[in-house]
Amino acid sequence: MTTLPPEHVLALPVALSTLRKGDTAIVIGVRDDHLDVGDEVRSTLAQRLLELGFIPGESLEVIGAIWPGDDPIAVRLGRSMFALRQREAAAVMVARAKDPRS
Amino acid sequence: MSAEAAASELRLALVGVPNSGKTALFNRLTGSHQKVANYAGVTVERKEGRFIGSSGRSYRLLDLPGTYSLTPTSLDEAITRDAVLGRLAGERPPEVVICVVDATNLRLNLRLVLELKRIGVPMVVALNMSDVARARGFRLDAAALEREVGVPVVETVAVAAGGARALVENLERRGLPDVPQEHPGYRDPTPEEVLETQRDARRILGTIGYREPARQRVLQRLDAIVMHPVLGLAVLAALLFAVFQAVFSWAALPMSMIDTSVSWLGNFLHATLPPGPLRSLLVDGIIAGAGSVLVFLPQILILFLFILALEESGYLPRAAYLLDRVMGSVGLSGRAFIPLLSSFACAIPGIMATRTIPNLRDRMATIMIAPLMTCSARLPVYALLIGAFIPASKVGPFNMQGLVLFSLYVAGVLAALLVAVVMKSTALKTSYHPLLLELPEYHWPNPRNLAIGLWERARVFIRRVGTIILAMMVLLWFLGSYPAAPAGAPMPDIYYSFAGMIGRALEVVLAPIGFNWQISIALVPGLAAREVAVGALGTVYSLAASDDSIAATLTPMIAGTWSLATALSLLAWYVFAPQCLSTLIVVRRETASWRYPLAMAGYLFGLAYLGAFVTYRIALALGA
Repeated sequence: MTTLPPEHVLALPVALSTLRKGDTAIVIGVRDDHLDVGDEVRSTLAQRLLELGFIPGESLEVIGAIWPGDDPIAVRLGRSMFALRQREAAAVMVARAKDPRS
Repeated sequence: MSAEAAASELRLALVGVPNSGKTALFNRLTGSHQKVANYAGVTVERKEGRFIGSSGRSYRLLDLPGTYSLTPTSLDEAITRDAVLGRLAGERPPEVVICVVDATNLRLNLRLVLELKRIGVPMVVALNMSDVARARGFRLDAAALEREVGVPVVETVAVAAGGARALVENLERRGLPDVPQEHPGYRDPTPEEVLETQRDARRILGTIGYREPARQRVLQRLDAIVMHPVLGLAVLAALLFAVFQAVFSWAALPMSMIDTSVSWLGNFLHATLPPGPLRSLLVDGIIAGAGSVLVFLPQILILFLFILALEESGYLPRAAYLLDRVMGSVGLSGRAFIPLLSSFACAIPGIMATRTIPNLRDRMATIMIAPLMTCSARLPVYALLIGAFIPASKVGPFNMQGLVLFSLYVAGVLAALLVAVVMKSTALKTSYHPLLLELPEYHWPNPRNLAIGLWERARVFIRRVGTIILAMMVLLWFLGSYPAAPAGAPMPDIYYSFAGMIGRALEVVLAPIGFNWQISIALVPGLAAREVAVGALGTVYSLAASDDSIAATLTPMIAGTWSLATALSLLAWYVFAPQCLSTLIVVRRETASWRYPLAMAGYLFGLAYLGAFVTYRIALALGA
């Protein structure tokens, strides 16, 4: 039996904001309890992310990032692309599918 | 219209996610029979149109603001929800909702359909861009979708003639209920319910065999350049440069034609009418006043042509993505970029374009700094002063005059950034507002949509010129013409008028910044529009007002009588001063309150005085 190469090992859930350009991942869920966005936005942000299609099981890819600090990032999700700032991307929990740095 | 006809009219409302081609479908159905206004009490644009179906029945179609969901995150989205639910004051609920979905992105669009269906709104689904979807290799089955969703689904091609007809014929054939619906029990769904509808949508897409092809390689490569943090900015800069070139070079001919026609009309009336107040009102007040604003129509239209084309192509959100960081550093949204860009041609379309900014305070901050972008009306003033006082000598590879002009542009931008920082950390402080911006697929702009969009802008602009702006022009004419000068008076007539009195009183205040009484008087009629001050200076220096080459005659006159310090001070004044009543009036209309235009006028005059004072004193100290 061969060992799976590292990129096929599902990692622990991480926030979308920790991904870099070129990374692909599977959405695990959306959480808003730890976000630095103010109460008013927090109550609608998670829901809006779900409405846009950030739902468990969907695969996504970070296709661009603005330097420095990767803020905002551009994410492809199905046929859609969205620009998210780090603070919003922190709400999306994903499982990395591939880590180009490994 | 008779009551009977109104009763048999069917009210339809278009609902759809942004970029679903909703507005293109609206244009296709209603053509130029559109009415643009605001919803009662708010600054959200209300677009309504009419059309007649093949059965002869007439329809009233409301184009509701695009939304991803009925749970609103902005005022626009709240309007859409309330209109659909029949909760909007003064607005009867639609009898049928047409949910426009983009066939090339059902994954994003279908959830809204299910959400609307769930609340029981009578609806049809317009499967839009079905031609593009097929051409790009999507597997699409409208009949299966109709079966699965349980509401009528009609394929539409918004950009083709007849592409919307099927929708209307379908409506007429099926005889949908025309009883207005109310939904007293509606509440926003919980996140769990949202997830559930999303799962439903995914299940339906699986059942009907909806397949998305991989994105075209050429588009991916395009995005790799356009959205690159460095290359993307270079592309943006090149685009902006091209747009500005076009705005100024293409507009030159139509502008001079408007100018010539206006002065011809003025001269004609001047020659035909007997001298007196009526002739003066018509020629100097109405025709000259409206003409001075109307002359900017070509520039505004060319600018909007580019903005509309860039918007339809899908590029603009990408520019907002690129600039979000920069704009964010002064507290503005990336979306503020377009309004501010437009303001370089004229602040009026710029302020009108702020409607795309969802957060109210972000929008207000953008409106407040829009007049600091150097609009084209400043150019005649800058050209006059630079031509008279700045030598055309070379500074390295650059022309001194060009450098001064460029630095005036830069001064405006820097001041705007500074003001934005101050406002966003004080009066217009906001809690965090997410970007969450969709970057839609690229599309070729449709000429017909561009034409209708331009027509809309032209109409709004001309209506404004024709009403309130004209009224203000007439008022300024009155101030500049009455009371009449005493017989044999040594000074030009305007010296004795109300405007002259105001100007001479102002001189007391303006003398410390180096303005003489001639400048002070010219600034009063110059409130109407910046470039009017050039003509007004001509009047003050007793030059023939109808002379086309007024600037040429004026140049040696002021070069001989003003100090360089005074000229520089006036340039600094014009970087800031809100010498444009039209802008203030548009701000009043867009913000539905006098608070913002008054605050704007106050802070801009304050900055202008400060800027001119500092410039004058420094220039004097340096011996200018």
